[in-house]
Amino acid sequence: MPVSKQQLDEIALSRKEYQMIVQKLGREPTEVELGMFGSLWSEHCGYKHSKALLKMFPHSGKHVRVKPGEENAGVIDIGDGLVIAFKMESHNHPSYIEPYQGAATGVGGIVRDIFTMGMRPIALMNSLRFGPLSDPHNRYLMGGVVGGIAGYGNCLGIADVGGEIFFDSCYSGNPLVNALCLGIGRAEDLVRGRAEGEGNLIMLVGADTGRDGLHGASGLASRTFEEERELRSAVQVGNPFMEKLLIEACLELARTDWIVGMQDCGAAGLTSATVEAAHKGNSGIDIDVARVPRRESGMTPYEVMLSESQERMVVIVKKGYEDRVRALFNRWELHSDIIGTVTSDGMVTVRDNGKIVAHAPTGVLNTAPVYRLRPKRPPWLDGLQTLNLKHIRDIKRGEAADLLLKMLSSPNICSKHTVFRQYDHQVGNNSVILPGSDAAVLRIQGTSKAISMVTDGNGRYCYVNPFAGGVIAVVEAARNTACSGAKPMAITNCLNFGNPEKNDVYYQLQECIRGMSYACKKLKIPVISGNVSLYNETRGVAIYPTPVVGMVGLIDDVRYRCSSDFKESGDTVYLLGDPGDDAGLGSSEYLQLMHNMVKGSQQIDIYRERNLQMCIIAAIRKGLLHSAHDCSDGGLAVALAESCIQGKMGFAGKLNLGGRLDAALFGEAQSRVIVSVKHGAESRLETLAAKYDVPVTRLGRTGGEYLNIKGILNIPLTEIKEAWWNGLSK
Amino acid sequence: MKFGIVVFPGTWSDRDCFYAVHNILGQEAGYIWHRETDLDGYDCIILPGGFSYGDYLRTGAIARFSPVMDAVADFAARGKPVIGICNGFQVLCEAHLLPGVLRQNEHLQYRCQWTYLRTENINTPFTGKCEIGQVLKIPISHYEGNYYADDDVIKELEDSRRIVFRYATPDGQITREANPNGSMHNIAGIVNKEGNVLGMMPHPERSCEDVLGSTDGNIIWESIIASIQTAAR
Repeated sequence: MPVSKQQLDEIALSRKEYQMIVQKLGREPTEVELGMFGSLWSEHCGYKHSKALLKMFPHSGKHVRVKPGEENAGVIDIGDGLVIAFKMESHNHPSYIEPYQGAATGVGGIVRDIFTMGMRPIALMNSLRFGPLSDPHNRYLMGGVVGGIAGYGNCLGIADVGGEIFFDSCYSGNPLVNALCLGIGRAEDLVRGRAEGEGNLIMLVGADTGRDGLHGASGLASRTFEEERELRSAVQVGNPFMEKLLIEACLELARTDWIVGMQDCGAAGLTSATVEAAHKGNSGIDIDVARVPRRESGMTPYEVMLSESQERMVVIVKKGYEDRVRALFNRWELHSDIIGTVTSDGMVTVRDNGKIVAHAPTGVLNTAPVYRLRPKRPPWLDGLQTLNLKHIRDIKRGEAADLLLKMLSSPNICSKHTVFRQYDHQVGNNSVILPGSDAAVLRIQGTSKAISMVTDGNGRYCYVNPFAGGVIAVVEAARNTACSGAKPMAITNCLNFGNPEKNDVYYQLQECIRGMSYACKKLKIPVISGNVSLYNETRGVAIYPTPVVGMVGLIDDVRYRCSSDFKESGDTVYLLGDPGDDAGLGSSEYLQLMHNMVKGSQQIDIYRERNLQMCIIAAIRKGLLHSAHDCSDGGLAVALAESCIQGKMGFAGKLNLGGRLDAALFGEAQSRVIVSVKHGAESRLETLAAKYDVPVTRLGRTGGEYLNIKGILNIPLTEIKEAWWNGLSK
Repeated sequence: MKFGIVVFPGTWSDRDCFYAVHNILGQEAGYIWHRETDLDGYDCIILPGGFSYGDYLRTGAIARFSPVMDAVADFAARGKPVIGICNGFQVLCEAHLLPGVLRQNEHLQYRCQWTYLRTENINTPFTGKCEIGQVLKIPISHYEGNYYADDDVIKELEDSRRIVFRYATPDGQITREANPNGSMHNIAGIVNKEGNVLGMMPHPERSCEDVLGSTDGNIIWESIIASIQTAAR
């Protein structure tokens, strides 16, 4: 079949890739095969431009049960016979085109990745990036995305325990919607996504197949987009009710011994579900699209194979058990149809009413080419990384109060409760630290344990210094984890970048991954799953390089958990970690907000950071702390204010000023945590800090109705709460 | 005694209800699939929260036609206690076991948050262990919790003291600000004429342990248990 440029463009394959296919097959591909290659070799499914770099991540750990790429999600062991599966995934492009459905189906997809493995999804989290809310279109996007996450997630009865939201103009044409799902179950109920055992049956379960989502993987997720309206049909529509039924039915099925594997139909639909399952099982498959139930008539085999209709699962059923499986799904009022069998010939065979329309080796289909580009350090980085504070006037003491109120009400710092309260964050009876603290904490029923969850990733830091930004994405997530009392166990990530075929974007990607890998290795935190979202550009302008880290930590005794709010009046408040210097203003929210400037690299010393985190975890485990709060966006003054507001309690103390006042209040120097110490435990904390070589500064005491930093600011709690609480509604 | 927890397709508070009455309060409990029609052996029926049938069409509108609902109506007619929580309250209204409807929240957003309920009537099987005016900290999680009925029904509910819980401030004041969804008269929960069918939007099963932030929901289960034990004597 001679192929036109237009045909190749439609599926985002290059002429060279096409020739590679011809060479590997020894013939021209059929129309259906070409569509399948287009999807499987897309960036979204095939990781063409990122695979070589992703190898830098460490994956090993005693507790790691499933590593990236092996299954739908990574799995760790938390003891007591329990394992946890989690993964984060992006749905950026669909959410820009159709925010409600884009975000909703993003949730649906990541949830399927988890229950496909036989694990009950118990928590969701979202990392969102939008352009400034002063633009009504961005407000519309955010409203739709939040509505979609709530609409889909709430219907499933999975607690959505928050995440983070950040605004910058670089995301105006390209919002980021990353969703994380975590599931739990018994180790023996873990299901693999494998098709093996010749003669076993391939069953398609759930929704009927329609034309929605055609070319989602190849078209939407694997190139930049300018003409969003043309691609609207590539966005799928979700049915959370169907998904809820699938969850319950599949989890019930996972506890039987009737199946050999399960695989959800996500990006590239039936194509990737069947090909991946066959590839992992070292087998082949033979399916007939005529047996696939349709929701519209006249669909071609090509369309059936590439449809991304939601809420569909492929189940590999042991021969002879099909009636039992069908009865189980019937009871949950779900369709199930046998569409083919597992073979041992290593071939993917697709038929239409018996006639073969695709017949290609599994290994060839599933092995996308790997590209390693030449990274080039963009020359403009030098200018960005140099912060000359001489030209920026320091603030006067009299101005500090007003500036703090301005900072607290800025969208990047203010309370996100207007978003989080739209998510059911308590269903499941596990949530013990709710959204809004440094990390969310869920207890594990039937044990004394709890897990922490956090998402983090500062695109501005990565833009100015991709390596340091990558390091900080990991260490800040770990610091938040430590502040909850948890020991970091593993991470998942979403790497949101521009077009990797451009050398400077490829450089950003490489350096961020290098930074993240460095931090993971030094902190001994394995990466167990992840997702790459490239081509995040509109009209040639890329977003900030934005790696988002999702981290899960473990608390061995739920009684020793910690949150960021001050708890008791009269507690001594300390700053743990080096107070930092004026360089802390680099890439800060303060510089952006007050001076409209993005400059200066953040410094990070991984060893200092590691000591600090170990010290915090130990202090919480010894029961010394009432609160712990990471100093991050907005610096020390903002962190103090947040602990006050959340604890409904004032603070009075002082700062030892060495350098600039703006840096002391709003600088974002890394490796700092504010803690309030239980009465009588002060000397024990100081001893502990000395043991871990962590600098300690006594800041003051909790209590009263004011946030009072002696000689600098004195603001009534009601005022700081008003500023922080209503920031998003302004 | 034994609680029966009805499961419609799309129900999700079933497991939390089971956890509260069984794991925390040590009572027997069983799940009842919506196609079942035999409620023998159960002392109290719980219609839990969730999105029955996806809440498509209208909340509770399809679930009321489930086979189990005739049995629930019979169960209630025999004077036995039935408690509908959140979606369960919506189903009870659609099934006309309770008057009124639950409209979309007036701000047209989903709300998941702690609320404080003032106990208005302690002469029900659900509140016998409460004190009059007692404030219970119990969370809500719904999009359609805005109770509405016409003036005559509201008057009858008020006059016969069938409003069992009202949204209040933590110190028990009934204010506009304490009302999370626009419900008429701050209504959070009502009973039927006979007093044995309660519908409430907040989730008592979520307030069952200190580690979760409140144990105030347990007083409702404990009241039910006590009332059944009294009736059995």
